[in-house]
Amino acid sequence: MDDHTPLGSEIIDAIKAAGVRHVAALPDIVTSAGILRPLAQDPDIRLIRLCKEDEGVSICAALSYCGKRAVLLMQQTGLMDSLNAIRAVGMDYGLPICMVVGLLGKEPDRPAAESENYGVRIIEPVLDAMGIDRFGIETSSDVAGLAPAIDRAYAESRPVVALIGRRIER
Amino acid sequence: MMRRDECFRRIAEHRSDAIVVAAYTSAFEWVAIDPSPLNFVSVGAMGQASSHALGLAIGLPGQKIVVLDGDGSLLMNLGSLVTIAEAAPENLVHFVVENGTYEANGGHPIPGRGRVDFAGFARDAGYREVHSFDGLNRFAAMLPELLAARGPVFGCLKVEPGPPPEYDYEMLHSPRMRETFREAIRPFLRGGAG
Repeated sequence: MDDHTPLGSEIIDAIKAAGVRHVAALPDIVTSAGILRPLAQDPDIRLIRLCKEDEGVSICAALSYCGKRAVLLMQQTGLMDSLNAIRAVGMDYGLPICMVVGLLGKEPDRPAAESENYGVRIIEPVLDAMGIDRFGIETSSDVAGLAPAIDRAYAESRPVVALIGRRIER
Repeated sequence: MMRRDECFRRIAEHRSDAIVVAAYTSAFEWVAIDPSPLNFVSVGAMGQASSHALGLAIGLPGQKIVVLDGDGSLLMNLGSLVTIAEAAPENLVHFVVENGTYEANGGHPIPGRGRVDFAGFARDAGYREVHSFDGLNRFAAMLPELLAARGPVFGCLKVEPGPPPEYDYEMLHSPRMRETFREAIRPFLRGGAG
């Protein structure tokens, strides 16, 4: 199988394979068509529509106390807006906040850290400075790392961020 | 006008096995009044009590979740009113303690003090039941009904700024508080991951 731009269905299957049944989300055009729209129709997933992304940090944290796995789906702008909640709840408290983040404005042919777009270029260094685990999803083969990353986040009780670098279709 | 501690004592009398999520100044006073292992005070960042309460309400649909929010805290996360109304957890009761000040940060006034209508916000966001209280007798009389009602329920408690409680932030953020809570809710958990 060729290594194509990942399909939304592949990412959703990986999320489900990790035992996630709750997704807290704000729409992001990178993941809108391929991930959020089908998730909203998925009977296996409870979608919690947010007004602001840091709500989702707390919702995912609270669900973890209840033995429920969750993913926070958002754009990198929302990630930046949520850094204090992630710092407090994810890092200071050491809780498994699993984030799938669309990189709006990232060029498909270059790494995020080399983007012309300042808002994209700073994301990985910011996460590294905070000590937050991260990995990129650029191709279908990268999707294989998603379910194990979620498993690891819950096993080690720490946040993880999957950075989606290309617009995802169904 | 009421006093916060008086309101909290009434809630403590009626909480049964409800989980109580409390924010900052309210948390310090609440924990002193009713130090139960079912108290959740680890909201991490200002404004996040209501969102934690929503997560707990979704994760534990068989348990009553009561949130004791602050007015400054809720202003920092007003959108959570809409998110909660949209998710419509029947087991959530959301109290905001309105004293008009950032009590834990020097007693400065909140923006819009005396003009902001928190009950109006909750009503327009779509909470099923919304009340505002400025007298203890009426609050105490309605409290059992509020706690039994189908949520999300909202109650604005108009209180006087009171003497500051002991601000024990180490307790608030301690791993021990979270572990105690985690153990306390274990009997309520159903099913596995997901």
